[in-house]
Amino acid sequence: MSLRSLTHLQRLEAEAIHIMREVVSEAEKPVMLYSVGKDSAVMLHLAKKAFYPSPPPFPLLHVDTTWKFRDMYALRDRAARNAGMQLLVHQNPDAVRQGINPFDHGGLHTDMWKTEGLKQALDLHGFDAAFGGARRDEEKSRAKERIFSFRTASHRWDPKNQRPELWRTYNARKARGESMRVFPLSNWTELDIWQYIHLENIEIVPLYYAAERPTVIRDGLLLMVDDDRFPLKGEEPVMRRIRFRTLGCYPLTGAVESRATTLPEIIQEMLLTTTSERQGRAIDHDQTASMEKKKQEGYF
Amino acid sequence: MNEIYKTDALIAEDIDAYLDTHQHKTMLRFITCGSVDDGKSTLIGRLLYDSKMIFEDQLATLEADSRRVGTQGANIDFALLVDGLAAEREQGITIDVAYRFFATEKRKFIVADTPGHEQYTRNMVTGASTADLAVILIDARKGVLTQTRRHSYLAHLLGIRHLVLAVNKMDLIGYDQAAYDRILADYRAFADSIGVTDFTPIPISGLAGDNITTRSTNTPWHDGPTLLEYLETVELDQTTDQQKPFRMQVQWVNRPNLDFRGFAGTIAAGQIAVGDEIRVLPSGKTSTISRIVTLDGDLDVAVAGQAVTLCLADEIDCSRGQVITAANSPVEVADQFEASVIWMDEDTLVPGRAYWLKLGPLTVSATVAQPKYQINVNTMEHLAAKTLDLNAIGVANITTDREIPFAPYQDSRDLGGFILIDKMTNRTVGAGLIHFALRRAQNIHWQATDISRDHHASMKNQKPMVLWMTGLSGSGKSTIANLVEKKLARMNRHTFLLDGDNVRHGLNKDLGFTDADRVENIRRVGEVAKLMTDAGLIVITAFISPFRSEREMVRAMMQPGEFVEIFIDTPLEEAEKRDVKGLYAKARSGQLKNFTGIDSPYEAPEAPQIRIDTARMSAEDAADLIVSKLIP
Repeated sequence: MSLRSLTHLQRLEAEAIHIMREVVSEAEKPVMLYSVGKDSAVMLHLAKKAFYPSPPPFPLLHVDTTWKFRDMYALRDRAARNAGMQLLVHQNPDAVRQGINPFDHGGLHTDMWKTEGLKQALDLHGFDAAFGGARRDEEKSRAKERIFSFRTASHRWDPKNQRPELWRTYNARKARGESMRVFPLSNWTELDIWQYIHLENIEIVPLYYAAERPTVIRDGLLLMVDDDRFPLKGEEPVMRRIRFRTLGCYPLTGAVESRATTLPEIIQEMLLTTTSERQGRAIDHDQTASMEKKKQEGYF
Repeated sequence: MNEIYKTDALIAEDIDAYLDTHQHKTMLRFITCGSVDDGKSTLIGRLLYDSKMIFEDQLATLEADSRRVGTQGANIDFALLVDGLAAEREQGITIDVAYRFFATEKRKFIVADTPGHEQYTRNMVTGASTADLAVILIDARKGVLTQTRRHSYLAHLLGIRHLVLAVNKMDLIGYDQAAYDRILADYRAFADSIGVTDFTPIPISGLAGDNITTRSTNTPWHDGPTLLEYLETVELDQTTDQQKPFRMQVQWVNRPNLDFRGFAGTIAAGQIAVGDEIRVLPSGKTSTISRIVTLDGDLDVAVAGQAVTLCLADEIDCSRGQVITAANSPVEVADQFEASVIWMDEDTLVPGRAYWLKLGPLTVSATVAQPKYQINVNTMEHLAAKTLDLNAIGVANITTDREIPFAPYQDSRDLGGFILIDKMTNRTVGAGLIHFALRRAQNIHWQATDISRDHHASMKNQKPMVLWMTGLSGSGKSTIANLVEKKLARMNRHTFLLDGDNVRHGLNKDLGFTDADRVENIRRVGEVAKLMTDAGLIVITAFISPFRSEREMVRAMMQPGEFVEIFIDTPLEEAEKRDVKGLYAKARSGQLKNFTGIDSPYEAPEAPQIRIDTARMSAEDAADLIVSKLIP
């Protein structure tokens, strides 16, 4: 008998597939949250593997803020079509009506589009399980997050009321109205994600690769002027060779100057850099333990 | 800069070569055990720091936090790096399992970081359940302590085969070899006593970095590996598991169309190849593997740890929770077991109550008998126990409501480890490790009888059912039950009335009024009522039956639709005012313990089929209402 040691990526892949199959077997109406970022891309790829030759037996849900990069919208629609999955897009109608935007409304932008929008979409469709691409290595408060994370009927996360998870046996039982967020990539690191994308040849948004793009520097963040909604305060957009380590709403997502135009170069740059990936997101800078607070309120 | 991490040059010069190396890394999951004082957080912090898992911005936060709330003066307090939630940062203790990640050239590591306090046995058990290896930290100044024994015992109990005894803070005892040897001798004596035959001792200093990543010149007498050398080379469970007979629990049946039927699951043990003969349990049906399907193309062979989809040559029944095994080496099937049970919930175990038992993908209903004994995890003594409280560990018999395929936990974590789920709250309340099946289950078979329950019922011209009256003492259950039976008798129905007080004079006279005894009382009555419905009778019961779980347990025993829950709804004040038997007065004065409504809870039905409001309705009218609802 010849023995085969599985690589760390093979084991992480198997774990994620196992988790997805558990959810599909135990939940009444699962959905996959799809944010078009690199983690979502990996999650979608794993879902195709988990259920092949069936298409993944759940829809994709994009909680849209209308402020994503244009490249993201293009890939979103193509990726869903290629996977043979239904794509649901939810935009919080209150935010649409009030024209909530990151320039004028600060923290309210994330609250209304993302936190509220997500709750609305889950309630609207009656989803009782939502896959998310969060990883434990992203932020300190996530190191203790369960893979199956329970939310009350009002979507609150109660740190005291999370269940112990033993072996690969997950308790997915819940009362009507309660829901769970499930994180199949919990044990992946940023490096694992990039390596896997490289190895499996997964399509990602071109913004991850360096290119000449129009930028301004504001509040210490290097921002890309992706469309003419960006209100310039006398600034003149400058073409810079930039890329993004993480993607969100374009006015909130900081770029880095870079020459990396291939995946190995991205990985190379990542390994030699000295700042963590979430630093590019304005959302974390509010206060200490801000992610924990946002999670309790229902943001991912 | 040490050898192992001299990678920056390679990354910069030849990223492709670097990636190639790193795509062939294996993965080790381990747990660190020790309390704050043992330097556990410092050790983990150092591993993360040395392997470049801390970025500049995180370091800046860490330095700021160290100055603000740290305990290391002007130095970096690594402990702050490894605790997460704001609430516990303020409390100054870790209260949950945190997972950390770091990697070297050879392996990726997932560290389960668990606190050492006794009340958190639950967390350590959780962290240990997925670990291949445990690092047991000892403070060299203190030697083998009670908590060292507890950690080692739990790691061993959860099936961890590789134990590292990390004797920390060697710098503080001047790297004294004699002191180190004494600690080793102490530990070896203890390890032998709990059946740990092998462990790897390493003298270290997390703070000074001795024998963590590089061999220390301070301990020339240490001829074993450094901590990281050992972590990088120890044999993985995934490798060991491949050498066992093939087992896969079926998670999901993949049926995209009529031409394809695949069984999806994660291989628990062994290897499987196209053409191999397999057996499905519990049915025992056999077939051969026709395909091993993945998105990347069919495989010839798959091994333990892989998530695959198997196709069989024959159309045999196989569903979620069943186990596909090597045909010539099947697993056992049974419905009664002895198991170690670790209790994880604030609400204590209720022996006899039905819980959900989840073994991998398989969920069944199960009861836990009164523990044979509880284990004192500090002294390993066996203590008498009637139940198990939060963080208690005991040994008890478990009975499932049907036969399940399993393996002893020491052979297979996947097929021998289960969780217990409360049916009402859905919380994970316990974990269990199967020792072995009880002989009696295997030797008692169902005797097939020729006169069926349908035949019994048709002879009586009626549909058997159980009219289950529940309510407080003095609510009027017995009175109404008696009237219902009289009315049914007049309609030529064959009935039998089981009354709570009467049953306690005979069948259940050995039972008291503790929660566990109340559960057993109802279980027995349920079983009797079930036999009577098999005989075709309409059974009327009058029991307080205060717990929802047990009423649901009885409902589950009966054929669908045959259990009718009738809530005799009398408010406590009213029942107490009536106090026909003078029991409330006794309970109020303390002469009667565990009295429902006074010092023992009553869980009212949430959706009874029939609710009788005794404040608005006479007993006679109530009986008429019940009969009219049941016999149209």
